This record gives sequence, structure tokens and C-alpha cells, in this order.
Amino acid sequence: MKELLLIIIGSSIVNNVVLSQFLGLCPFFGVSKKIETSAGMGGAVIFVITIASFVTGLVYNFVLVPLGFEYLQTIVFILVIAALVQFVEMFLKKSVPSLYNSLGVFLPLITTNCAVLGVAINNIGNYYDKGYSIGLKLLYGVVDGFATAVGFTIAIVIMAGIREKIEYNDIPGPFKGSAIVLVTAGLMAIAFFGFSGVI
Amino acid sequence: MSDNRIGERLKNGLLIENPTFVMMLGMCPTLAVTTSGINGLGMGLSTTIVLTMSNLIISLLRNVIPDRVRMPAFIVVVASFVTIVQFLVQGFVPSLYAALGIYIPLIVVNCIILGRAESFASKNPIIPSTFDGIGMGLGFTCSLTVIGCVRELLGSGKIFNMVILPSDIYTPITIFVLAPGAFFVLSVLVAVMNVVRKKMDAKGKPLAAPVGCLADGCAGCSMANSCTGKLTADKKGGE
Repeated sequence: MKELLLIIIGSSIVNNVVLSQFLGLCPFFGVSKKIETSAGMGGAVIFVITIASFVTGLVYNFVLVPLGFEYLQTIVFILVIAALVQFVEMFLKKSVPSLYNSLGVFLPLITTNCAVLGVAINNIGNYYDKGYSIGLKLLYGVVDGFATAVGFTIAIVIMAGIREKIEYNDIPGPFKGSAIVLVTAGLMAIAFFGFSGVI
Repeated sequence: MSDNRIGERLKNGLLIENPTFVMMLGMCPTLAVTTSGINGLGMGLSTTIVLTMSNLIISLLRNVIPDRVRMPAFIVVVASFVTIVQFLVQGFVPSLYAALGIYIPLIVVNCIILGRAESFASKNPIIPSTFDGIGMGLGFTCSLTVIGCVRELLGSGKIFNMVILPSDIYTPITIFVLAPGAFFVLSVLVAVMNVVRKKMDAKGKPLAAPVGCLADGCAGCSMANSCTGKLTADKKGGE
């Protein structure tokens, strides 16, 4: 239980995926103009990363390791993730239209999101190659994926909130547009840096 | 874009369509690994190798790959070369491998590589495609090295581990080698490029428009074709 709590706090806040690991910057900058859109993106990322870390965990532990094909991890993971996102999109469209209407537009964007692949690869070094039992490996991987995605959502929603306010501010000419967003991200990164002593 | 001579392709990658400074592509590795000049150089060269080889293979296979499955096919080619480069770096430069860590396998999802495969290598003959990869890769390498050197100099007073500013005349601003510094350096870079862009527009020689994540929307995203801009359409509908 203590380990799970440490994983959740560590992955969502202390090692925030956007602000300290620089993964998933594209949606972080591209889809953070409005709070509702960014919350939708965050929801889609939580959904996809949680499922993807479970499936890549299964593939790694039950297919690649027994066959001795660990070196194929990058190729296999990116294909699994791409296929999975397509499949999830089709499944939601058919079976859960309400969820599809709120998350659907974001799903294809997530396929090449480096955060998804990043979590999957990080899980290998952090959990799968350690001496945990097979159930714990999968559990830790999924919890880590979920917490990372929650961290992404926290960061992107805060960013959208700040950007909605920045709209009304007087910004020096050259910094208009993406430059001021980067400064904002830098200040947020300093704030999150303050958490680094927590664990 | 129309000129396929070797020199033109190299100049295009290094200057006219420089992936970092002009096109604003591949921001994740740009921010993450430029904590020092040598890391930037290592990451840039690894990306160059992957980019050149994948451009070469994709250009060779451009008439074989069916249009409908081209994205998965490109991803497999790129991922294979990334795996090769990953093992080469791990075997021959272990210190660099330790410093770059997870960002080497993540070269797969670098939008420069899939972007060049999609927009150039899948439409052009082998030699121009290869040199397009070399040019773009070297452009990326130079940008990463420059950003890395600036951050290293401000953050620790060194360049390539050589002391330039001794600690008795300059107090290093450590934050520049940490995560927040990456955002600040990049924001200043974007602001400078905005000024340069305006000057060049006034001169009548406009720079190529940025297409990356920072340029609002998914125009530069390598997956833009498969996602058909649904998101931007949705945003316009909502506003």
C-alpha cells in the first residue's frame, strides 16, 4: 500500500510527466487554450495511458520475456499502442457513444504522444525488470501509468486556466503567442520543482 | 522544396527549414536533453542517423508500401533503426546512454522523422531523400548543440565540460540546467525567432512558417493525416 501511494505521488506530482520529464509537450501546448478542451484531452490521456500500460505490461511480461525478445520492445510497444488507440476509438464509437463524443476527437492525437510510449518504456526499467511477482509488476505498471496521466491532466488544466487569463494581458510583442506560454510553463515547472523533496 | 540537388537539400535542412529554429519541430527532445552541449550533440547525431537511414529505406520502398498502411510501415522502419541506434549508443558510449536514457527509444515518436518520411522521403528519389535526412539531422544537431551550450554556460559556467566562466567571476544560475530553465531558454529562442521573422518579412524574404506543436494546432503533427484535423475543426465549431 505504501509503495502504491509513493508511486502515485511520485508519478503524478513530483516527477510530473510534462513539467519535469518533457513528455507529451505537443498536446500540452496545442490543446491548452480552453479549460474544457484541455480537461477532455486529460481524460482521454488518462484513459489511453492506463489501458496502454496494462496491455504493454502483458505483452512484455507474457510474450517478449518468455521468448527472449526484450530488444524488440520499442517496435512492439509503438505498434501495440497505435493499434490499441485505433481499437479503443472504434470500440467507443460503437458501444459507448457518450464517452466517444467527449473523448473521441482526442484519441487519434494520442497515438504518437511520447508520454504513452514513455510510460511503457519507463515501466520496464522501474518495475518489470525488478524482482517483483508478476501480479505486482502489472499492478505497479498500471498504477504508475494512471498516476502519470493524472499528472498530465493536472498540468494541462492549470496551464489552460492560466492561458485563459493571459488572453487579457498586455504582452511584449515578440513574446506574444507561444513564447509567453513557454515562460508560463517554466514558472509552473519551478513550482512543481518545489515538490521534489516530498519523496 | 522543389530543388533536389544535394547542396540544396543540406542547406534546406541546416538553414531554410531548420527543424528546431524555423519549423519548431521535435520540442520534447529539444527541451529534455539539452542540459549540456555534449548531450545535445549526442542526441542530435543519434537522430541524424535514424533520420538518414529511415529516409533512405522509405524512399526505396515508396512504390511498394500501399498508401493506406504507410504510417504503420513508416513507424516500423523508424522503430527498427531506433533500436539499432539504441544498442550502438549503449554499447559504445555508455555514458551518453545513461544521460539520454529514455529519450533514445523516444526518437520513434519524434515528429521530425515521421514528418520528413511523410512529406519528403515518400515522394522523392533515394539520393535527395538521403541528403534531406542528413541536412535535417545536422540542422537538428546544430540547434540542440547550441541550446545545450547556452544552458550549460548559464547553468554551470562551462561549455563541453571546459570551464569558460570561473566561479569567482560568475555565479552559475543552476536553474538553467534543470527542467524550468529549458522552458525559459526556449521561450527566449521563440521570441528572438519572432523578431527575426518580422525583420525577414519586412525585407521581403519570409521564413518558412513554423509547423510544430508550438504553432497552434496539428498542422505539423505527423499524425495529422490520420486524425484529419478533427480537433481543429472541433475547436472552430466550439468558438
